[in-house]
Amino acid sequence: MLKGNVAIAEAALRAGLEAYFGYPITPQTELLEHLSKRMPELGRVFLQAESEVAAINMVYGAASAGVRVMTSSSSPGISLMQEGLSYIAGSNIPCVIVDIMRGGPGLGNILPSQGDYFQMTRSAGHGDYRPIVLAPASVQEAIDFTVLAFDLAEQYNHLVYVLADGNIGQMMEPAELPPMQPVRKERPAWALTGAKGRERNIISSIYLKAEEMEQYNLMIQERLAVIRANEQRSVEYYTDDADLLVVGFGTAGRIAMSAVEEARAMGFKAGLFRPQTLFPFPEDRLAELVEQVERVLVVEMNAGQMLEDVRLVTGHDVPVDFYGRMGGSVPMPEEILGAIKQAYDKMPAGAQA
Amino acid sequence: MTVPTITSPNGYEVVYQRPESLSDVHTHYCPGCTHGIAHRLLAEALDELGLREQTILVAPVGCAVFAYNYFNVDAAEAAHGRAPAMATGIKRVNPDKVVVTYQGDGDLAAIGTAEIIHAAARGENITTVFINNAIYGMTGGQMAPTSLPGQRTTSSPTGRDVEMVGYPIRMSEVLAQLPGAAYIVRRSLHDVANIRKAKKAIVTALRVQLEGLGFSMVELLSSCPTNWGMTPEQALTWIKEHMVPYYPLGDYKVLDSVEKLK
Repeated sequence: MLKGNVAIAEAALRAGLEAYFGYPITPQTELLEHLSKRMPELGRVFLQAESEVAAINMVYGAASAGVRVMTSSSSPGISLMQEGLSYIAGSNIPCVIVDIMRGGPGLGNILPSQGDYFQMTRSAGHGDYRPIVLAPASVQEAIDFTVLAFDLAEQYNHLVYVLADGNIGQMMEPAELPPMQPVRKERPAWALTGAKGRERNIISSIYLKAEEMEQYNLMIQERLAVIRANEQRSVEYYTDDADLLVVGFGTAGRIAMSAVEEARAMGFKAGLFRPQTLFPFPEDRLAELVEQVERVLVVEMNAGQMLEDVRLVTGHDVPVDFYGRMGGSVPMPEEILGAIKQAYDKMPAGAQA
Repeated sequence: MTVPTITSPNGYEVVYQRPESLSDVHTHYCPGCTHGIAHRLLAEALDELGLREQTILVAPVGCAVFAYNYFNVDAAEAAHGRAPAMATGIKRVNPDKVVVTYQGDGDLAAIGTAEIIHAAARGENITTVFINNAIYGMTGGQMAPTSLPGQRTTSSPTGRDVEMVGYPIRMSEVLAQLPGAAYIVRRSLHDVANIRKAKKAIVTALRVQLEGLGFSMVELLSSCPTNWGMTPEQALTWIKEHMVPYYPLGDYKVLDSVEKLK
């Protein structure tokens, strides 16, 4: 039995995490605590920073030096990190960030939420860029996505976020950890290691000339196009004959699964589509599914943020309903079942159970 | 990179040349600005200690934002005020390298106050060159946390009103209070004798880092003729007559272990 936060920490460490910088914030603190013990045991770097602002800039420094580095936080802390995240995005270096979302806006509360969807999938900082966002719905997925995050970050020289909520961080369930990988010995050619026997390396996000800044932006956009083409991930259940498609990610998607199963038991042909990557949003597969269903129901623990990405896929062809809870409220399967029934009430009689 | 040397048909000895740690480029600094002197002192110190190939510079936001263009070393360009945090990340994963931040007063004493204080408090083994010219240069001469009482700037047009905005911060004195700080001194660049002392202090600060003794910082009182509205010569006199009295030169923290280095 593993607690989500501890599982993410241990998975990162086993993926060859060389340095961690963070700041305590509920509900992700166990992640930092676990690494405070394990990293020094293995002779690796752990440092508790004076703020999330400092933590992300320490991460920026270590990433500039070419090591596997990570930080973790929760919503208000992620807001403080936005400056550093933008600089990292502007410097073309890899980095992994874990956000264990809590209720907001403001100081909010420490309960599970999915209210950071916009913040994390759009840019989480100023300027034109989008990170890769992985959204686990179980402790096992949190482990797998943490390992994947490092590989994707280095494959694309890009920011990768693991976006979970307080439920995933705090719950315990059986899960399997990956084998221990050693810390990488080699540093990338661009890393800051001292200009010995080579030209100096510079890590910077400043391009004063418009043409140069635009070229950098075009490079990012070309990379994002490749990421969109190759990295869309999703899982689906009961979609073969579904006439209503329920769409939810993370904890909301997992709870929606229970509701879909109950609906099936009652004779409704409901199916579930659960995006695992929020950027790139799995729009290709969703577009195929939308072709075959009568109606879509989006379920989230926010006011309808992923809903906008779903609507970009459905256009005006298929009606989309929404059921959301906010501020740390987690929907019960019965509530979602109620929303499923309401959706069927709006569908042609033939689609009824 | 090859360093051009002055060759003489008469076989004279070369007594002055560009340090290897400086790049062969034109600078964007204004005429009379002391950034050029500070850059040269740091580069000479790196050369003399043989550190060029193991040094990583962290440049600030401000007039020295392009410092990484001028130093022939690995370098990063930090967000405003965050150089000590970025340097911490670099140093922790490169403990055998020399990590130097070069920061101005707005960067270090305003927006980056938390980062510099905590880097010093941790005894982070980095060296900071702190350029105090009592003004925001890059943005065109606004009031800095180090602007003197009564000093006119573009954002304190009638002079710094200490009743309204408080007094300037003496950062060397502040940081000297922290146990993690090993070597904190203030020098000035307003005349040759003081420039020589500044150079010695930078060498000492780098040696403190090499020996792993803790955080080291050299504050350099510097001029900004452009934004002070003075000639370069008037500006140097202004440092001597107005800045030095408020920011006394001297050693604010020298651990015994540092004393033994000398």
